[in-house]
Amino acid sequence: MDNATATSETVMEHEAHEHVYVPQHRHHFETEQQQREAGSFGMWLFLLTEIMFFGGLFFAYLLYRNWYYDAFVAASNQLSVPLGGANTAILITSGFFMALAVWAAEVRKKQMLVWTLVFTTLFGIAFIGIKYVEYKEKWEKHHIPGASFDVSEFINPPIDAKTGKPSQNPLPPDVAQHTQIFFFLYFAMTGMHALHMIIGIGLLFWLIGRAQRGDFSAGYVAPIENFGLYWHFVDIVWLFLFPLLYLINRHPLAH
Amino acid sequence: MSEPDNTILRLPDQSTARVPKKNFITAEDGLLSWLLTGDHKRIAMLYLISITVFFFIGGAFAGLIRLELLTPQPDLVASDTYNKFFTMHGVIMVFLFLVPSVPATLGNFLMPIMLGARDLAFPKINLLSWYLYVVGGIMVLTTMVLGGVDTGWTFTTPLSTHYLNTHVVTTGLAVFVAGFSSIFTGLNFIVTIHRMRCPGMTWFRMPLFVWSHYAASILMVLGTPVLAIAIVLVMLERLFGIGVFDPTKGGDPLLFQHLFWFYSHPAVYIMILPGMGVISEVISTFSRKRVFGYTAVAFSSVAIALFGFFVWEHHMFIMGVSNYSALVFSLLTMLVAVPSAIKIFNWSFTLQQGSITFETPMLYAFGFMGLFTIGGLTGVYLGSLGMDIHLTETYFIVAHFHFVMVGGMLMAFLAGVHFWWPKMTGRMYPETLSKMAAVITFIGFNLTFLPQFILGYLGMPRRYHAYPPEFQILNVLSTAGATVLGIGYMLPILYLAWSLKYGPVAGDNPWQATGLEWQIQSPPLTENFTEIPIMDHEAYDYDWLEHKTKPEVTTVG
Repeated sequence: MDNATATSETVMEHEAHEHVYVPQHRHHFETEQQQREAGSFGMWLFLLTEIMFFGGLFFAYLLYRNWYYDAFVAASNQLSVPLGGANTAILITSGFFMALAVWAAEVRKKQMLVWTLVFTTLFGIAFIGIKYVEYKEKWEKHHIPGASFDVSEFINPPIDAKTGKPSQNPLPPDVAQHTQIFFFLYFAMTGMHALHMIIGIGLLFWLIGRAQRGDFSAGYVAPIENFGLYWHFVDIVWLFLFPLLYLINRHPLAH
Repeated sequence: MSEPDNTILRLPDQSTARVPKKNFITAEDGLLSWLLTGDHKRIAMLYLISITVFFFIGGAFAGLIRLELLTPQPDLVASDTYNKFFTMHGVIMVFLFLVPSVPATLGNFLMPIMLGARDLAFPKINLLSWYLYVVGGIMVLTTMVLGGVDTGWTFTTPLSTHYLNTHVVTTGLAVFVAGFSSIFTGLNFIVTIHRMRCPGMTWFRMPLFVWSHYAASILMVLGTPVLAIAIVLVMLERLFGIGVFDPTKGGDPLLFQHLFWFYSHPAVYIMILPGMGVISEVISTFSRKRVFGYTAVAFSSVAIALFGFFVWEHHMFIMGVSNYSALVFSLLTMLVAVPSAIKIFNWSFTLQQGSITFETPMLYAFGFMGLFTIGGLTGVYLGSLGMDIHLTETYFIVAHFHFVMVGGMLMAFLAGVHFWWPKMTGRMYPETLSKMAAVITFIGFNLTFLPQFILGYLGMPRRYHAYPPEFQILNVLSTAGATVLGIGYMLPILYLAWSLKYGPVAGDNPWQATGLEWQIQSPPLTENFTEIPIMDHEAYDYDWLEHKTKPEVTTVG
């Protein structure tokens, strides 16, 4: 504080806030800052394990997409790009409110924090709702892998009323069988993603309750920050899933 | 102290010495205070008890296997039962003993103290990891009661998904849960090392024990989730027939192998690296010298962790992988031998011109160095493609990994338990008896597993409960050795339990060791340090220790 400028007062005030004692400080940390850094570092490492977890599925996708490209394209066309696109938009919006929530916690605006968390939750639930509609359609069409899986739609595609031709190229039965692998990966990857969303929504309810109590309005923002990291991670996984699963026929491989 | 020249052990005067009244064991009373504790030392004790239980369960299965193999005929148990025996032995020993052995017990206890911290970064997650371990363990026991599982610990598809009618899903779930326990331990260690070091504790002042745990933690955090997803896929395949590993539906069983070994090869380094950390501490203390080439040993741990991720395909050489990739993986496999050799050579140079004494931990450490070297070198054999085709799926493999895992890791674990026992409990174990146990273990081990190298080379396949009569002599030797080995493992549990009450009081620093953990009282306080220490010297600085103790001695005199 050697150069006394107009801002020095606000700086000092800011620093005073930094050093304020928070009741959430744990005894084994030397300083509050150390606790906060350790928490966020731990969260990043946890996300790294999540990447490796999803990585196994992405690896399987990579392998089978190369082996069974035709079946993957045909099966991919069964997914609704408008619904997937809508869900992408919804999730990005939810992420936007989460980012706002982190900011609101840092500047200690309690009401804003609560409302942004509520919006984050609502958009998260909307995502799950649309996902449910999509899953339900697959269930009705017998596109869920397992004993009742039905490939007839890929062998004899429905006739398009306008052109009088099949709506897409019919697949030979052995190739059509491989669509099951696509649908399995679709359900495994989006299902695992949806599970992470549901866990996240559960945590959001808990955070909203605590935010309402004012837990995060006195300089202790670590849970909001770390949950934000988690929520954005779940967003990013979807941003990889959407093009891989829904859009692979937009740029067909040359063959 | 009849022969003060042959030992560095210095115990306080027993007529006046007392174990400190206030320590982490006496801090709180009652079972709940243990089950809900956040103290890393107490959690380490909980882990120590639970992994010992599982070690003896897994050991009992090993005994039954050796008993069956005493005669060439399948006369003790049916073939299915035999399959269940070796599966249970593998699952328990790998996931419930070896993986958590050193990190979750000694690592948990010592890591914060060595770094000058009061606790690990996340005490509650640490406790959670123990509970996950217990849940995983109970699920394995449940499987056992329900009728067992016979896939082998590798859950190989399509065997595990299509051909067996045993409890694959329960076991798989158990491994999944236990895996998360290991992830949380690793995560806790990495954060603690990065964020909780005391003032002056730079990266290159950390004990090598910490370095090797750091490397192992990286493997736990990056490898275990891949195992988790592989196991989830096996369970889904079994429950719903989704086809991802089923060739008739276009799936690929080899994909499972890739995913499984991507974890399970690094897993062997998760098992061995913490043991190497123990050996570094023990060798330095009992030769009164700084570890030769400290930096090289530290980096070799990280190098092992790094290389360890790029060798998994050597488990699959005979499974129809591309010859070109097999060539690359063979080369990478041999490269892992380099950092391992760096460690062995550096320990040898530490011994050179050191003032060596032969206390129990040192005997175990010598056992480690010899047996690990044999285990490691046979690994290079197996890494070369031609040899692998001849030797894979034989007893040569069994002997190889038992030399590394049992001869290496278990020796290191026992070295560590003996070395830090006075610190953990405040009491000393009986020295002569423990030296005897170390020697018995070494003899028993060699008797058990050296014959298996020959058996394997002659072509005896693993995982069968019957064999041609000409192999009987070597199998009898091996079974006899297993009995000796069993005694070698029973002894420590008896005298260590005895020492809890009747052992001589150990004092703060019975070994005159330099580590921070030896500068505090034994057993330590719940908060470890009365005030956070400042690290003002290098690791293994025996001059510093001498200067530190000198003034105290003069004032007492």
